[in-house]
Amino acid sequence: MAEITFREALNQAMAEEMERDPDVFLMGEEVGYYQGAYKVSQGLMERFGVERVIDTPIAELGFAGVGIGAAMVGLRPIVEMMTFNFSILALDQIVNNAAKLRYMSGGLINMPIVFRGPGGAAHQLAAQHSQCLDPWFCNVPGLYVMAPSVPKDAKGLLKTAIRDDNPVIFIESEVAYGYKGEVPDGELLIPIGVGEVKREGTDVTIVAWSKMIHVVLDAANNLAEQGISAEVVDPRTLRPLDEQILITSVEKTNRCVIVEEGWPYAGVGAEIAHRITTNAFDALDAPIARVTGLDVPMPYAANLEHAVIPNAERVIQAAKQVLYI
Amino acid sequence: MKKRELIEMYRMMLLIRRFEERCAQMYGMQKIGGFCHLYIGQEAVGVGAIAAIRPDDYFISAYRDHGHILAKGTDPKPVMAELFGKATGVSKGKGGSMHLFDLERRYMGGHGIVAGQIPLATGFGFAIKYRKQDQVVVCSFGEGAVHQGAFHESLNLAKLWKLPVIYLIENNRYGMGTPLERASAVWNLSQKACSYDMEEEVVDGMDVLAVCDVVKKAAARAREKGEPTLIEARTYRFRGHSMSDPVHSHYRTKEEVEEQKQNDPIARFLDKLFKDKVLTEAAAKKIENEVKKQVIEAVEFAENSPEPPLESLHEDIYA
Repeated sequence: MAEITFREALNQAMAEEMERDPDVFLMGEEVGYYQGAYKVSQGLMERFGVERVIDTPIAELGFAGVGIGAAMVGLRPIVEMMTFNFSILALDQIVNNAAKLRYMSGGLINMPIVFRGPGGAAHQLAAQHSQCLDPWFCNVPGLYVMAPSVPKDAKGLLKTAIRDDNPVIFIESEVAYGYKGEVPDGELLIPIGVGEVKREGTDVTIVAWSKMIHVVLDAANNLAEQGISAEVVDPRTLRPLDEQILITSVEKTNRCVIVEEGWPYAGVGAEIAHRITTNAFDALDAPIARVTGLDVPMPYAANLEHAVIPNAERVIQAAKQVLYI
Repeated sequence: MKKRELIEMYRMMLLIRRFEERCAQMYGMQKIGGFCHLYIGQEAVGVGAIAAIRPDDYFISAYRDHGHILAKGTDPKPVMAELFGKATGVSKGKGGSMHLFDLERRYMGGHGIVAGQIPLATGFGFAIKYRKQDQVVVCSFGEGAVHQGAFHESLNLAKLWKLPVIYLIENNRYGMGTPLERASAVWNLSQKACSYDMEEEVVDGMDVLAVCDVVKKAAARAREKGEPTLIEARTYRFRGHSMSDPVHSHYRTKEEVEEQKQNDPIARFLDKLFKDKVLTEAAAKKIENEVKKQVIEAVEFAENSPEPPLESLHEDIYA
């Protein structure tokens, strides 16, 4: 077991899979010579050559489509979006081609492709560079969506994503790349659609993913000091969703808070809340509470940005709200 | 070109024409639904281009795709069945007219979003180069696609990375009801290649042999040097944009359509085959009858095929 950063975990996952399978390659803006805008692909070009670590022009629609075309004929591309904000330019290719071509061809076409990169806010980048598009992708049948929170999950899920024959949207976080965590030595594969309890508790279930897990764990520590035992559940994969782990936890705690960094309207948390109320209604002793990013484009000013993104304080309040204290 | 090859090209053009005429009829009878874009008038482009490449070369196109999949060699029966929305269709009834596929024959699909297939074609070219293989890709699209970013991003990547892709504009002069002159700042579309320092060709898209020649040349360039080419084939559609649209109305006159029909690519080619003594009247008649029978059989097959089972709704979403 070694302690490594989130960034290193992703780098290891790609390197191991490229080593294992010559059909795996990495493509995106600044992934090669520059070593990755966030240094996730550091050293890969030197190790695997420019044929397999491919710098692209700034043409997200074009290179996303090239990756999809390459996947259609059997290669296994990893397409890096410098940030997922720019994936909006490639949405036609991702939604209309990557997600649907298997279905539209009656199952003839395989789509072994991963689109990965950071999503959500970093620091003071303003509205166009700070947004969570998780629900946009979760809405589309044909896509898998992963949003790991810790280095172990990042590595294990990315390796699984690369080996899978379906298109995977793999959402990371700019501010989490430096987070450290223990990663088991040797082969690590985490199955799609299997969540993990990140902290056990008995009084309230708090669901979160990606970097919000860290906000929630802070909140849970604080709640513990106040005598409240929070269980923190990380679905890890947002589509498909591990309903069972959520239901099991809510049946134990009878209360639920869902925390997401993105906007509230039609957010992933809304879907999770729906599924919990549908499948565990009788277990709930209070309405589910949601903590989300505020329903505004992200402002630049530090104090305003701080007010938009969910923090431990808001999570604590929400937990107390569902506990009626 | 061998006599047999010429006759096969003629047979294919005629098969497409008769197939499409029957589609129009079946659409009228509501056996075919949705959008249905006929290839009538443009047969020389698809048939000429596909005759110029190898069976293991890739072809991909837009939604006016019936002619392309037939020219790639797919049996008309499952093609018609797909249009009927039947389980025996090439896409099991899930794609319909605009989304026909035959991966075995390297027909990589009809695609419904204008220019959406152009980056995919570029990706096939990328994969060929990555694996050091020697196939080429022909990517067909209408002149309306040339204004999309996907076209420009793809051409830049293909030239930058030296990918064996032939971009084939089927310029039928109208993007739905908008003539090229009202949509494009440049009317000579092959010139778009200049921006990417790419080889360009213009060809009479009503002349199947001319199309075949120019695509052969481009295919050799792609195979041997990894150089992409942009070809503009000037053609014309004799029917409306789709079955829901009129043949002529506000956007073009009846006279214009009638005049263009004098330049029918099939009649022109047949004349040539008669003149060159490749075909006799009797042989042509025989082909006509065989093709007619093939199309009738395709309709019968589609008619008698089962609808997709409801369980199939949830199949083929994920591997």
